[in-house]
Amino acid sequence: MLATIGVDQFDELITDIPEEHRNPPLRLPDSASELEVTSRMQALAALNQDAGTQPSFLGGGAYRHFIPATVGAVLQRGEFVTSYTPYQPEAAQGVLQSGFEFQSAVAQIFDMEVANAGMYDGPTAFAEAGLMAARVSRRNRILILDTADRRLFEVAEAYTRYQQVEVEAISRERVMNGDIPDDAACIAFQSPNFLGRIEDVQALTDAAHDAGALSVMHTYPITLGMFKPPGAFGVDIATAEGQPLGVPLTFGGAYVGLFTTKQRYIRQLPGRIIGKTTDTMGRTGYTLTLQTREQHIRRERATSNICTSTQLIGLMVAVYCATMGPSGLRQVAELSYHKAHYLANAIDALPSWKVIRAEGSTFFNEFPVQCPIAPAEVNRRLAERGIIGGLDVGHVVPNGMLFCATEMNSRSEADRLIASLKDMGYGAAA
Amino acid sequence: MSNNVMPNVSVADMPDRSLLMDRSVPGRKAINLPAPDVPLSEMPGDGLLRESDDLQLPEVSQLDVIRYFTLLSRLNFSIDTNFYPLGSCTMKYNPKLNDQIASLGGFANIHPLQDDDSVQGALGVMFELQQWLGEATGLPGVGLAPLAGAQGEYAGLLIARAALNMRGESHRDVALIPDSAHGTNPASAAMAGLSVVTVKTDESGNVDVDDLRAKADENTCVFMLTIPSTLGLFEPNIIEINDIVHDAGGLVYADGANLNALLGLVKLGDLGVDICHSNLHKTFSTPHGGGGPGAGPVMVTEELASYLPEPVVVKNDDGSLQLGRPGNSIGKINGFHGSFSILVRAYTYMQSLGGNGLRAVSENAVINANYVQAQLRDRFDLAVDRICMHETVLSGKRQADRGVPALSIAKRLLDYGIHAPTMYFPLIVPEALMVEPTETESKETLDRFVAVMQAIDDEIDSDPDSVNHAPHTLPNTRLDEATAARRPVLRWQG
Repeated sequence: MLATIGVDQFDELITDIPEEHRNPPLRLPDSASELEVTSRMQALAALNQDAGTQPSFLGGGAYRHFIPATVGAVLQRGEFVTSYTPYQPEAAQGVLQSGFEFQSAVAQIFDMEVANAGMYDGPTAFAEAGLMAARVSRRNRILILDTADRRLFEVAEAYTRYQQVEVEAISRERVMNGDIPDDAACIAFQSPNFLGRIEDVQALTDAAHDAGALSVMHTYPITLGMFKPPGAFGVDIATAEGQPLGVPLTFGGAYVGLFTTKQRYIRQLPGRIIGKTTDTMGRTGYTLTLQTREQHIRRERATSNICTSTQLIGLMVAVYCATMGPSGLRQVAELSYHKAHYLANAIDALPSWKVIRAEGSTFFNEFPVQCPIAPAEVNRRLAERGIIGGLDVGHVVPNGMLFCATEMNSRSEADRLIASLKDMGYGAAA
Repeated sequence: MSNNVMPNVSVADMPDRSLLMDRSVPGRKAINLPAPDVPLSEMPGDGLLRESDDLQLPEVSQLDVIRYFTLLSRLNFSIDTNFYPLGSCTMKYNPKLNDQIASLGGFANIHPLQDDDSVQGALGVMFELQQWLGEATGLPGVGLAPLAGAQGEYAGLLIARAALNMRGESHRDVALIPDSAHGTNPASAAMAGLSVVTVKTDESGNVDVDDLRAKADENTCVFMLTIPSTLGLFEPNIIEINDIVHDAGGLVYADGANLNALLGLVKLGDLGVDICHSNLHKTFSTPHGGGGPGAGPVMVTEELASYLPEPVVVKNDDGSLQLGRPGNSIGKINGFHGSFSILVRAYTYMQSLGGNGLRAVSENAVINANYVQAQLRDRFDLAVDRICMHETVLSGKRQADRGVPALSIAKRLLDYGIHAPTMYFPLIVPEALMVEPTETESKETLDRFVAVMQAIDDEIDSDPDSVNHAPHTLPNTRLDEATAARRPVLRWQG
C-alpha cells in the first residue's frame, strides 16, 4: 500500500507534524486479549452494588423500572447500533422510521402536538426549553419554580451563562400572586417536583400565560400513564428524562431527553427532527427535516449546537412504548403509585420516622422522610444489609431522605426496608 | 458487481412499512405485568387522573414489535453491513466486546446517586479513562461529563471564558474559527456568548497565518482549530499559530473530532494546545447508534484543570475514589456523570488495544486514506493535492462539469452497497466528497471502493441520467425534503 501511495515508509506520511513532537511515548498498558479484558472488566463490575440484584429505593431523577426483553433484543441489531446520523435518508430509513415512532410515542404520552428526536438527557432538555422559551417570547428571564431539582437549575444556569438570559428561582406563592416580572420568558417547573409531589400544573400554566410567559413543565414520563399529561393543561413546552421508559440506570448515562411543544413553535425547536415525506415514486419515507435550524446549516445562528444526540436511546424508548402499550404504561404507573404509598404508610407508622407531607398535595412514587439519625448513616446501615437506601435530601428537609418505589420493589423488599428502619429507630431512641 | 444491497428488501416487493399505530388492534398486548402485591391505596382525585382512553399508544403483540423493528433495521446501512467512508465521522468497526462489557449488571444497573463507596468499580473505570485520555492527548486535566462532541466544545469554551475572567479579561469575547470548521464550532461559540470571526484557509489548505495574525488581538478569547483539519490535513504551522494566539493573550482550543489520526503520532498538549475534546464515538470506537449517544470528554492543561465540569473522579489518600467538583468548576452541564455506558466501552477498547495498538490505529487510518487518495486522484480533483492524514477530500468539479453533481455520486454509491462520503463539506471545497476509510477496513474493501468510484465516473459518460436519479435499489428513491420542511408531519396522525 505504501508503494501505491508512493512512499517508502510510514514516517513520510506525517512530515507535517513538527519533528520534535513526532512519535511521543504513549505511556499506556500493552494490548490485552479479549479474555483478559473480559475478566478485568468483570472484576471492576463486581465492585459495584448492583441495583438490579438488590433492593433499591433510590430515585431523584433516575429510576429503576422494568425493561421488557424486546428492548434488549432490538438493541442486538447492528444495523441500528452501528449506523450514523441519517444524513443519507435513502440508506437510513430504519433509523428514521423508528425515530418517527419515538416522536409519535412521546408526543402521544405527553399529549403534546410535536416531539423532537431527543436531547442528551432530561436536564439539558429542560435547559434548552428555557432558551427556546426566551426565543419564542423574545424575553430574557427564565423563572424556575423553587421546588425543582437543583440539578435542573445548575444545568440551566450553565447553558445560559453567556447568553444574556437570566435564570432565577421563584416561589409558588409569587407565581400564584401574579408577582411575575414583565421580562419573564417562562415559568418552568418540575412535576412531580424534586420531593415527588404533583404540582398544580393548571394554576402554574395559567399564571404564566397571564404574565405573557410560556409554561414549561419537566416531568417523569411514567407518571403520565395515570396522571393528566402536560398537553391537557395548555403547557407550551414539556420535557422529561426519558430513562424510565426502558433504559437501564447505567450510572446516569447515556440517557435521552424528551422534548415536546406546540406545532406553532417548531421552527424554534432545538435538536434533530424527523419528518414524513414521499420519494420520487410517491412512496412514503422519512427524513431529517427543518434542518435550517441546525448548526451544520445555520452555524452560529443555530437554535442549538447539538449534532450527535441520543438516537439509539430513543429507539429503546420507542420499543419500550410499543411493548408496554397504553395498558402497560398505566399498570407500571399504578403499581409504582401503590407500592410507594404502601411504603410511605408503613414508614409513617414507625416510631421516630416521619413522612413529610405537604397539605393538599399528592405524591406519585417518591416522598421525603425525616429520619431519626443522619441520612448518610441510614444508608450506611442499609448497605450492610444489602439494601440501597434513599436519597439524602438534608439540604431541603432536615435529616431528610427521599424514598422511591416502583413496580420493581416487591412487598417483601419493602418489608425488609421497613424492618431495618425500625431497628435503627429504636437505636436512635435509645 | 452486485447492485442488490438488500437481498431481502427489493423495490418491487416492498414490505409493509405502515406505522405501529396503524397496526394497532384494541386489546392486543405485548407484555404481562404482575398484579399488585400490596394493598391498593386511594387514587388521587380533583381531576388529576388521565382518562383511561386518552393515552394513544400502539396495541400490538410481542411478535408484532419484534418483526416491525427487525424490518426497520433491514432498511438501514450500518458499519456491520456496509463500508461506510463518511468523512469526519470515523465509521470504523465497533468491537462487540465493548457492548457486552457495558451490559454487565455491575455497570448497567447502578444508580447515579448511589454512595461513592458502592460504585468503586465504576469510578475506577472513569478514573483510569481520565488518566489515559490525558496521556493520549498530552493534556492531563480530563473531564468526562460532556455527552457529545458539541457539549465537549461548549464545556471547553466555558472553561476558556472562566479562566480569562479569572485573569480579569472578561472582555475577551471573540472566537476565531477557520472557514473549514465543523458547524458545531460556531454554534458552540455563540452559546458561549462569543462572536465568531472567520479565519481564512490558504491555497495549501493550511490556516492563513497572516489572516490569523491580523485578527488575533486583545479581544480574542479562543482560536478553535480542528486538527487534523476537515480537509484531512495536519496543520504544519501549528506551533507558530499557537504562539500567535498565546501572544495575543488568547487560548487555543483543538477540536479533536479527528483525533483518530494522531494517537501515538503526536500529542496536542505538546504543541501548545490548551483545551481539546475527543469524540469517544469516533476515535475510541463506541457505536454511533444512528446519531448517538456519544461522549465528548474535555481535556485541558494542568493550569486549567480546576475549571473542569462537575464531576471528576479523584483518588483519596486511602486509594478510594470519589466524585468531586473542581475548585473553579464551570459547574454541571448535564444531569449526572456523563455517558457512562459509552465511557465503559471506550475504556474497554483502550485496554484491548493498549498503547501500541492505539498508535497502529492512527498509522493504518493514515495509510488507508492515502491509499484511496492515491488511486482516485487521476479521476477526481483533490481539494488539496498533498499527503493527507485520516481522510481525503475529493472535489467532484470535473464530474459536475459533465452534468453529475457530487450529490448524485454519493447517492449512486448507495446502489453499490457503499455508504456515501460526507457531501458538500467542508464548505470551502466545491462539490466536496469527504472520504474517511478508517483503519479497520481491509485493502480488498478499499480496492472495491476505488473500483466503484471509477465505475461511477464511467457511468457519468455512459448513463448520466441513471446516476442523477440514484439510488435505484434502496427502500426509497430520493426523498422530497423540501415538502417535508414546508409542510412538516412530525408524528403519527390518526
